[in-house]
Amino acid sequence: MQDRPRFATTDRYIATRDLEVAVNAAVALQRPLLVKGEPGTGKTVLAEEVAGALGLKLIQWHIKSSTKAAQGLYEYDAVARLRDGQLGDEKVHDIRNYIKRGKLWDAFTADNPVVLLIDEIDKADIEFPNDLLLELDRMEFFVYETGETVQARQRPIVIITSNNEKELPDAFLRRCFFHYIRFPDKEVMEKIVAAHYPDIKRALVREALTLFYDMRDVPGIKKKPATSELLDWLKLLMIEDIPLEVLRAKDPKMVIPPLHGALLKNEQDVHLFERVAFLARRGQ
Amino acid sequence: MFAGFVNALRSEGVKVSLLEYLTLLGAMKAKVALFDVEDFYFLARASLVKDERLIDRFDRVFALCFRGLQSVHGALLADIPEAWLKQLAERFLTEEERAAIERMGLEKLMETLRQRLMEQQGRHEGGSKWIGTAGTSPFGAYGDNPEGVRIGQDGSRRRSAIKVWDKREFRDLDGEVELGTRTLKLALRRLRRWAREGEANELDLSGTIQATAANGGSLDLRMRPERHNKVKVLLLLDIGGSMDDYVEESAQLFSAARAEFKHLETWYFHNCPYEKLWRNNRRRFDATTPTLEVMNTYGPDWKLIFVGDATMSPTEISEPGGSVEHWNEEAGAVWMARLLKRFPNSIWINPRDSRAWNSAASIRLLKQMMAERMYPLTLDGLEKGLRELQRGR
Repeated sequence: MQDRPRFATTDRYIATRDLEVAVNAAVALQRPLLVKGEPGTGKTVLAEEVAGALGLKLIQWHIKSSTKAAQGLYEYDAVARLRDGQLGDEKVHDIRNYIKRGKLWDAFTADNPVVLLIDEIDKADIEFPNDLLLELDRMEFFVYETGETVQARQRPIVIITSNNEKELPDAFLRRCFFHYIRFPDKEVMEKIVAAHYPDIKRALVREALTLFYDMRDVPGIKKKPATSELLDWLKLLMIEDIPLEVLRAKDPKMVIPPLHGALLKNEQDVHLFERVAFLARRGQ
Repeated sequence: MFAGFVNALRSEGVKVSLLEYLTLLGAMKAKVALFDVEDFYFLARASLVKDERLIDRFDRVFALCFRGLQSVHGALLADIPEAWLKQLAERFLTEEERAAIERMGLEKLMETLRQRLMEQQGRHEGGSKWIGTAGTSPFGAYGDNPEGVRIGQDGSRRRSAIKVWDKREFRDLDGEVELGTRTLKLALRRLRRWAREGEANELDLSGTIQATAANGGSLDLRMRPERHNKVKVLLLLDIGGSMDDYVEESAQLFSAARAEFKHLETWYFHNCPYEKLWRNNRRRFDATTPTLEVMNTYGPDWKLIFVGDATMSPTEISEPGGSVEHWNEEAGAVWMARLLKRFPNSIWINPRDSRAWNSAASIRLLKQMMAERMYPLTLDGLEKGLRELQRGR
């Protein structure tokens, strides 16, 4: 029945069941999958893992505030042609010499189906997604300069990530599948950690996770530490070989966890946490 | 096939389009979800909901439409005011006590629940008949009837099955919820207005091509100024007194606004703006600026945003000398009218719960003066307010 391998949790990437369903739906119906979620919950990594799981090549298109939709299709380098024209270069007679292919063109004309990641689509101008509607829907576009139509040989699997900085247009949303990556709970987080650091001591993970989730629960914290920060921190703990007792320390002088710089990214949060931790210690 | 479900979603404000419905059916046909109600739920969610703020509503509708799909010894979700179900206390029963509680059949349980929902008017707690929290009645949350029906409860208490959509994990993301700095920034972004201004330091490509063509083919470079965010915002913040409860929200709004606009001027007032404003709250008594001067400094193209709870005695607005801090020659209402005339583009953002607005005379008064342009400090409120500001008048 199934003509392609399905996407599922791998050794390296822990996907919840709802994420698996969303990815498989997007693959089966060949529609874009829009992924949102807190920063650091693995949105971008997802595309790599999907490509890996399905055995396909990944083409990444990172969006910046200056990115235009047309750049994903192709760019016509008018200035280069003008210069060549003035120098009398022979190349100037063929306009195709001045058309630079974009990521979508690459994805459409690849020999095998690919996974196309459009990363942080919300960074671009508000009209950006609308400009790509037709191209993503029909998987073809027209090159005005040469009068040819580029058609997808195989429909690529399109994964789009967004950090919610801008609302996306309804017409665009209607054509996508949507998944919101929730912040993983403790159980899933343990699996994620195990997937990244198979050799880590379980006791260390348990203590660190308790601290980590406590830290996320501190009210008023500005930037909650996320998965990627937790992983960095654990790595540091392992490198520095911090003994377990330190994490568990009830020593009133040690109010804040070691190497907290990996978790808390601004000084207000550090102060806030110190204060809260201090009060908590005194209460014991 | 699921037309009823889609209609129910639409009436709850989850605007599902025909295309999305067809997508869902297509995915069912492609066997993405096979004979598993949970997979179906995930699939329906991925294809029908495109905004995490709506997932909670989707969960509720899903629960209503598809209840009874699985054998229920877990939960049924009903539309019961949240306050009833807040966790208050929990009674721990011994095994004998639990066994002693009357065991009803499932059918009868549901039937009785429906009846009681109709009968019951208020919040209820403890006891053994009514719906509420911490009782031994078969209905409600945090209770201890072994065969009870759970309503909107957070976790699985006695490890009986709880459906994933009933967990309502996305409740926090509903659009009505108050905001963090980041979300505020996103909302404020709506105000951005780009314009080309200043030194011409960017290559105008199409202009260059045109000029070059007109020039007979020899290169004629054209430059143009870069784009800048041009919107100008004057923020007047109420500070002290009853505003203390909302300091955090206001601070968040302030820091979000700071990062978002190039032209942002902030001034403080207390309760209602009078003839003086100040920039530094610590020096509010010795470093004030006449309001008239502020009005003359900034032109009518500035957008004026008041942030305040507007909660005070109505005389503080309507009467000369009404201020609680000093003697004001002219009433607050006069100053409000002047400000609004100078800055026709203005809104008032009120951190108080909008349901309480009607109960305070001063809020009604100010809202009237603002010509109804008062909005709550929630994502929805802010968006509406900013849309109003953007529209201009």
